[in-house]
Amino acid sequence: MFSFQPDRSQYPDVGPDGKFEIDLETGKFLKLWHGPNHPGITGNMSVELTVNGDEVVEGYTHVGYLHRGFEKLMERRTFIQVFPIVCRVCVPEPDFNEYCYAAAVEELAGIEVPEEANWIRTLILEMGRFNSYMMAMGGIAGALGNGVIGQWMTYVRDLMLDRFEELTGARIYHMFILPGGVRAGLPEGFEARMEEVLQTAERYLDDVEKVLFTNAVFKKRTKGVGYIDPKLFESYGVTGPNARAGGVAKDVRKDSPYLVYDQLSFEVPVEQDSDIWARSIVRYRDLRLTIDLIRQILAKMPKGGEVMTSLPNVLHWKIPRGETYIKGESSRGEYGYYLVTDGSGYPRRVNVRGPSYTHAMALLEHLIPGTNIADVAALMVSLHTYPPEIER
Amino acid sequence: MGSLRDVLSPFTAWKHVIETPVTIKNPIGREAADRYRGFHQNDTDKCIGCGSCEDICQNAAIDMIPVDNPKDGDSGLRPQIDYGRCCWCALCVDVCMTGSLTMSNEYTWVDSDPDAFRFIPGVDKMPWDDFEKGYERQGDRMLSGLTRPEMAELEPEARIGNFDEIVAGYSREQAVLEADRCVECGLCVATCPAHMDIPDYIAAIREGDYDLGTQILYETNPFSEVCGRVCTHKCETVCAAQYEGEPIAIRWLKRHIIDNVSEERRLEIVGTPQVLPTGQKVAVVGAGPAGLTAAYDLARSGHAVTVFEAQDKPGGMMRYGIPEYRLPYDALDRDIAVIKAQGVEIKTGTRIGTDITLDQLKADYDATVLSIGLHLGRSTRVPGSDAPGVEAAIDLLRRITAGEEVPVPKKVAVIGGGNVAMDIARSMARLQKQKFGEVGVTVTALEDFDHFLADKEEVTESFEEGIEILDARGPQEIVTFKSGKRKGHVKGLRTWKVTSIFDEQGRFTPQYDEGDEMVHEVEMVVEAIGQMADISLLGDELTEALEWNRGRIAVDADGHTSEPWLWGGGDAVHGPDVIHAVADGHKIAASVNVALMAKAEAEK
Repeated sequence: MFSFQPDRSQYPDVGPDGKFEIDLETGKFLKLWHGPNHPGITGNMSVELTVNGDEVVEGYTHVGYLHRGFEKLMERRTFIQVFPIVCRVCVPEPDFNEYCYAAAVEELAGIEVPEEANWIRTLILEMGRFNSYMMAMGGIAGALGNGVIGQWMTYVRDLMLDRFEELTGARIYHMFILPGGVRAGLPEGFEARMEEVLQTAERYLDDVEKVLFTNAVFKKRTKGVGYIDPKLFESYGVTGPNARAGGVAKDVRKDSPYLVYDQLSFEVPVEQDSDIWARSIVRYRDLRLTIDLIRQILAKMPKGGEVMTSLPNVLHWKIPRGETYIKGESSRGEYGYYLVTDGSGYPRRVNVRGPSYTHAMALLEHLIPGTNIADVAALMVSLHTYPPEIER
Repeated sequence: MGSLRDVLSPFTAWKHVIETPVTIKNPIGREAADRYRGFHQNDTDKCIGCGSCEDICQNAAIDMIPVDNPKDGDSGLRPQIDYGRCCWCALCVDVCMTGSLTMSNEYTWVDSDPDAFRFIPGVDKMPWDDFEKGYERQGDRMLSGLTRPEMAELEPEARIGNFDEIVAGYSREQAVLEADRCVECGLCVATCPAHMDIPDYIAAIREGDYDLGTQILYETNPFSEVCGRVCTHKCETVCAAQYEGEPIAIRWLKRHIIDNVSEERRLEIVGTPQVLPTGQKVAVVGAGPAGLTAAYDLARSGHAVTVFEAQDKPGGMMRYGIPEYRLPYDALDRDIAVIKAQGVEIKTGTRIGTDITLDQLKADYDATVLSIGLHLGRSTRVPGSDAPGVEAAIDLLRRITAGEEVPVPKKVAVIGGGNVAMDIARSMARLQKQKFGEVGVTVTALEDFDHFLADKEEVTESFEEGIEILDARGPQEIVTFKSGKRKGHVKGLRTWKVTSIFDEQGRFTPQYDEGDEMVHEVEMVVEAIGQMADISLLGDELTEALEWNRGRIAVDADGHTSEPWLWGGGDAVHGPDVIHAVADGHKIAASVNVALMAKAEAEK
């Protein structure tokens, strides 16, 4: 088959140690910094590329532009004071931080959460997933030059932010899932307004299907590109849609149900090809599933009851010595909080396990060599990573 | 790959060409959701300035700033919020003890002055101050406990026939639960007359460090065991926890500490004076809370202190006024033992004026402290109030404590509605129960139940013990037998319904409904309408020389009388309770100490 792509097998030479021999003095290679300010970079990180023509022969990921030291900050705050800062660990999908932290504290302090609060937590997590996938859809389309889908998705996401605003009192950092429950129940008429948003979303997603997934250019640019060998999943810690796109049906919601996921009926979407196309389509189907889950939750959840347990006096709240790991399925994969307490009023150690850490750093470095410059952005977006949660 | 459909399908996006382009909404002029967390509002009348918002703020965005005209029981501080730091988490709203702090749903505000974004909500007027919408707590606060653990008490049947202590005291678990509710605002410290370091000793309970707790108690109060039982706990009336839920049981927590430290350990913790003796001598007249507190402080400052007490045992009103079921004598003895261990000599059974005169004290001692209490009962002076069978409450209580014989008739009426009236009514009820197996006490009080003087629990417990309390009844006459064997003796008490107690100027002029008359048939009437000091010990000359203030010895802010050698304090000067007396004791001791140091300096 005719190909515009040149034969790349001649460069670079492989040295006796098996590594590429890249001599910038030869003029054959060029260093190219991709980011930290680049529309194709999902946030504040950069990739240092070495290119030969338009072929990338080597890539190193660089983070550190957004390090805020949250894990250390948490050790200097009381258990309740940690609550407002956890959401900032991951900007686009903050609610997992709130849930994981609250659940970890509740487990170690032995606090029971009212049933209705668990339903509202699930609802919020699915609403957050919806927003996150909207950004992913817009991102993958934008990375391949289809900007209009980014506009549509941003619009739909904005409508969901309105629902967040009326439910939680804030648009981005909701600070709503408190240890002990949630701050309030559903507002009056919430279900109807949510349904409107979901229907609008479905309308736009129908268009996305026609414009993006039934599109010769998109298929050409994504099928077979950015392949991840499923054998690598274990060693690289690949979870979530990235793994499901490679035929591994991993999903914490199914595998070890938390909150009320055992009371919802759903099948986890799986694809086999493990390329950019498969990852995009898995996300698209998962987004459709999220819409269905939001409907299920609103239909099944109890309403009008208690949503918050009384806590001990949080101003001098001490939690007995213990440790726990609480995980959930975020839109990017397994998201977890490891919390260690030592009986004092402060967490001894908090560690955030964000899926982006492995996906955006080690895995991306592994995938980059051999791609071409224009595909790097799409490859990166297809891994769906959020640098804030890498650096914390 | 690459079917015709894949080529044509993307062009379906063209249908949007005729539509208005979509994007995010313009925030300017758009109202936020009903529960949006925007700029703060503070109902400054409701706010007590407890500072819990400042404590919880993880960004240190809140500073407590002094404001003008604070109300009673208020720190006088209000939260100032720095919106350069605020993260809008609303924990300050959630933790607010009064529910005064809320958030409006206003989120747009433009000002070129960065300092404008640091202001005191409610004090610095803002356009959103009256917004109805915004974030406020759903229901009561959730971030600290609302209710006290229930205190175990003797059941009415188990307590009415004896003088056993009614209140059991908290268990460790209960005390920790209760101590946990404290937000450490310190409003109680400001309100306590002795300024006890309440948040710190409550913290010591949480930590389980009772030695530290005892040490903190003794820094401000040598009568912690007494106050842990009978304090009027003014602290609890300003407690931040009371606005939603019950105030912290500060009195019971104090008792819990001292109950958990043995007498020996307490003596070890408090120790003995760690200063060289000054060689100066102080006389204290009256071994009540004021006198003994002053004696404790002065002894710890190295002075030789002698306390003169007319009764057989020290304690004053704590022993001879408060019934044993509220304050067991051994509890009082333990507090006094610590004071004695400081080298304080207590000469009981020594009445000034009879056994030794004040002039002798003036001559023999470097300073004299007068803390003689209020041991004379006041009379209603209604017709018949001098008849046999009319008793003064304070006198009866003393005789009961001293183990003297008191008449116990089947029917007793008590005039008065204060705590002393309750004390004598309940004491007589116990004696009646022991003698006859039944209770026959009627309390008639001027005040109605809405304005009752006695503590609520006193009234409740009196009812439980079968005592009849008639509110808003004024005594008119003590009816006596006109003839027969018991001629002249009390036959009953005639009362009228009270319509008002004070006139428009607030003067005591009770008005009655003469049509509503009752005659309570009793064999004994006890007057419990107040006490006064027995000042006969002063002698004419000193009485003349001293300055007086409405029948009480006038003292300056330090408790110094107009005579340079004489200080006065306690009920006889200020009143009205143990903790005020303790505070007086400290104040006098400090003043005496300064005077004695000056004297020693002058004599060098």
